[in-house]
Amino acid sequence: MTSLSRRSLLQGVGVLLASTALPAFSFAQALPTGGRLVVAADSEPRNLNPAIVASNGVFFVASKVIEPLAEADFEAEGGLVPRLAIAWEGSDDGLSATFKLRQGVTWHDGQPFTAADVAFSALEVWKPLQNLGRIVFANLESVDTPDDYTAVFNFSKPTPFQLLRNALPVVTSVLPRHLYEGTNIAENPANTQLVGTGPFRFAEYKPGEYYRLARNETYWGEGLPHLDEIIYRVLPDRAAAAGALEAEEIQLAAFSAVPLADLARIAQVPGIEVISRGYEGLTYQLVVEINHRRQELSNLEVRRAIAHAIDKQYVVDTIFLGYATAATGIVPHNAPEFYNPEVPQYEFDIAKANALLDAAGYPRGDNGIRFSLKLLPAPYFNETRQFGDYLRQALAEIGIDAQLVNNDSAAHQKAVYTDHDFDLAVAPPVFRGDPAISTTILIRSGTPAGVSFSNQGGYESAELDSLIDRAAETVDTEERTQLYNELQVRAGEQLPLINVAEWGFITVARDTVLNVGNNPRWAVSNWADTAVQQ
Amino acid sequence: MNRALRLIGRRAISSIPVLLIVVIGTFFLLELASGDAVDAYLVSIGGGDAALIEHLRQSYGLDQSALTRLWIYVSSLARLDLGWSVAFNRPIAGLILERLPNTLYLMGSATALAFVFGTALGILAGARPGSLGDRLLSIGSLALYAVPSFWLGLVLSVVFAVQLRWLPTSGIETIASGKQGLERALDIIRHLVLPVSALAMIYLALFLRLMRAGMAEIWRLDFVRAARAKGLTRARIVLRHVARNALLPVITMLGLQAASMLGGSVVIESVFAIPGFGRLAQEAVSARDAPLLMGIIVVSAVLVIVVNMLIDLVYAVLDPRVGASEAAS
Repeated sequence: MTSLSRRSLLQGVGVLLASTALPAFSFAQALPTGGRLVVAADSEPRNLNPAIVASNGVFFVASKVIEPLAEADFEAEGGLVPRLAIAWEGSDDGLSATFKLRQGVTWHDGQPFTAADVAFSALEVWKPLQNLGRIVFANLESVDTPDDYTAVFNFSKPTPFQLLRNALPVVTSVLPRHLYEGTNIAENPANTQLVGTGPFRFAEYKPGEYYRLARNETYWGEGLPHLDEIIYRVLPDRAAAAGALEAEEIQLAAFSAVPLADLARIAQVPGIEVISRGYEGLTYQLVVEINHRRQELSNLEVRRAIAHAIDKQYVVDTIFLGYATAATGIVPHNAPEFYNPEVPQYEFDIAKANALLDAAGYPRGDNGIRFSLKLLPAPYFNETRQFGDYLRQALAEIGIDAQLVNNDSAAHQKAVYTDHDFDLAVAPPVFRGDPAISTTILIRSGTPAGVSFSNQGGYESAELDSLIDRAAETVDTEERTQLYNELQVRAGEQLPLINVAEWGFITVARDTVLNVGNNPRWAVSNWADTAVQQ
Repeated sequence: MNRALRLIGRRAISSIPVLLIVVIGTFFLLELASGDAVDAYLVSIGGGDAALIEHLRQSYGLDQSALTRLWIYVSSLARLDLGWSVAFNRPIAGLILERLPNTLYLMGSATALAFVFGTALGILAGARPGSLGDRLLSIGSLALYAVPSFWLGLVLSVVFAVQLRWLPTSGIETIASGKQGLERALDIIRHLVLPVSALAMIYLALFLRLMRAGMAEIWRLDFVRAARAKGLTRARIVLRHVARNALLPVITMLGLQAASMLGGSVVIESVFAIPGFGRLAQEAVSARDAPLLMGIIVVSAVLVIVVNMLIDLVYAVLDPRVGASEAAS
């Protein structure tokens, strides 16, 4: 496709569309073509279908094979570049959204890609089956396909286009209708032997050893991809990943597969680079979850005291070794569209925290202890466990005796989100581009027990609930953003949970790998422009 | 030989209740662990809503009572069907067949090496108990035994794979290499050198110390004095009389070791990224995949029972008294 036809199309639809694909093409000429990229993978997802399981572990492999409608970008207007859609627009009433689709795209099995694939994916997969699509497309009623390259989404209730747009890279992986229609979608063999439109075909999977993706010779992106092959080598042990990088058996380890403590040393190894760019769209938040059923913790002054007792900068410097940012509120710095810096802050102040607790009516007993708590750090990351240890000490300073309970993933999941058997928990929720996808669920009341990564602390505030509900239905982008700004202030005042830090992951790569980290979701993007210097 | 067959037959029948106890015990142990397969899956996908969770519980069969699930499992096991793994979304038999050979290569060569070198060094140490050589060997083996296997594995990997680059850091074979036949076998051997050495060095101490202790005791017995009085050479006394008798408890240990080595490989398999049995078991536990874990345990138990039968046969050869008492009973 030439830039001319795209521009005329832009006028025709009258739409916001970013054309940063152009510099990428000219840039492409200088990059070497061919070669194999071997990367470390620390897990093997049970279901590799990104249209059903929208998680980073799945996207890490599957995003190279199956493409979304649009992908995140550093420079593009609105932060998005086209993939299978080339233009998108929402109606003023929020009841429909129109996507113009890319022409001349074929599936890896040779069938043509059309609007019918998008309609099928949206109605049969994203809305009913996908973990995040069930939220974003909750009110999707039908998808019209007036022609092969136009899909019109119709909603039963106003659905803010801002939310759809922010969700595009994550929730819109398109599946081939001809392979899924009329089958049991959840059990389809194509969920492991992926078929997509992406720059790489799914070639081979040896469980416990590797995944192999091979170049798609008929990819729609001109001159793309650069690599012949990507191999994901399964390396469950983190020290082994660092060793394999040094021995040049692998060329790249993403998602902090090399532990933070090893970075200073490995950065000294000639030919190895430590890269923190490329995770801006995958911000993880370090959060203290609070069980408000516990009488002491239902007291706002106690929650404020706990917030004052946490030295966020110390956590950033010591636990994250500087690879993180102190949090100011429920929305991270990396979401400039929504981030509101003007929220109540609780500076590190032990004396103030002690005074608050005294005033709240929880004096120290003879042993210096005010009351005891059960503290459950999530086991998913080294850093969440280490922060659990830190929090225990920080609480001891203000006379709260925290009993650490360390569980494995499944047990933690049940204890916190089903049984509510905790007083404080440490959680690492991900910010997924829009507060409606990942943030409000941590505060809104009424989520049934068992739903993970949601408000299971029994926090209930009519004021915050109503703010959240209004924002969910507000179509006007400015007004909606304003509501989320207010939500951040109220959450900062009420402390339904305490945000401590925000972090992205670290990529460690040989310097022969080019174009690493060049978009905000790099590790889970399609790597079409990634190249290896021979 | 007839006697040996009878021995095997009796052992096989008596092992069925053992297997049943193992299965039921494993099932309830995993039942006691907090969280189920759906909880574990939700963590890996970043959560889901209530309807999805209920749907998952149903499709995993977790909405049924524990006893129903146990009954379903045991009755399908009786038809030699190991069932379906929810964690891997595949038949369990296939998974186990895929992983078992890697662990058998690893454990088989490590046990053989540890046994051969451990016993040989044990004979060396036990030939002259209390001598300087004996002391050095004893201290050296104790030091090796005290080293954690993951640490030894990492050190070997750093020295021989990362620094010297003589051997690969991890994996069971070169990925997507297309190697076949002998070339592939050599490739696998190259990949196994470090993990096998790490495991063998640790278990070697066990055999060495047992052999040495046994010999030190036997030196004091009357028949050794008699052999000396006969004027036999020292070498002959050591090998034919002392070492042979000291070997019996070592063989027993070999049988016991076969069992613990199946479990002990978890750490080494993780460090060296070998897709083996130990790692599969660990993944089954963290995914709360009860049928998979029970399948692994059943196959391991069968292996251990088979190894112990073989050990009994070896015993019968080494020690004529064993066969005689079995035949009499």
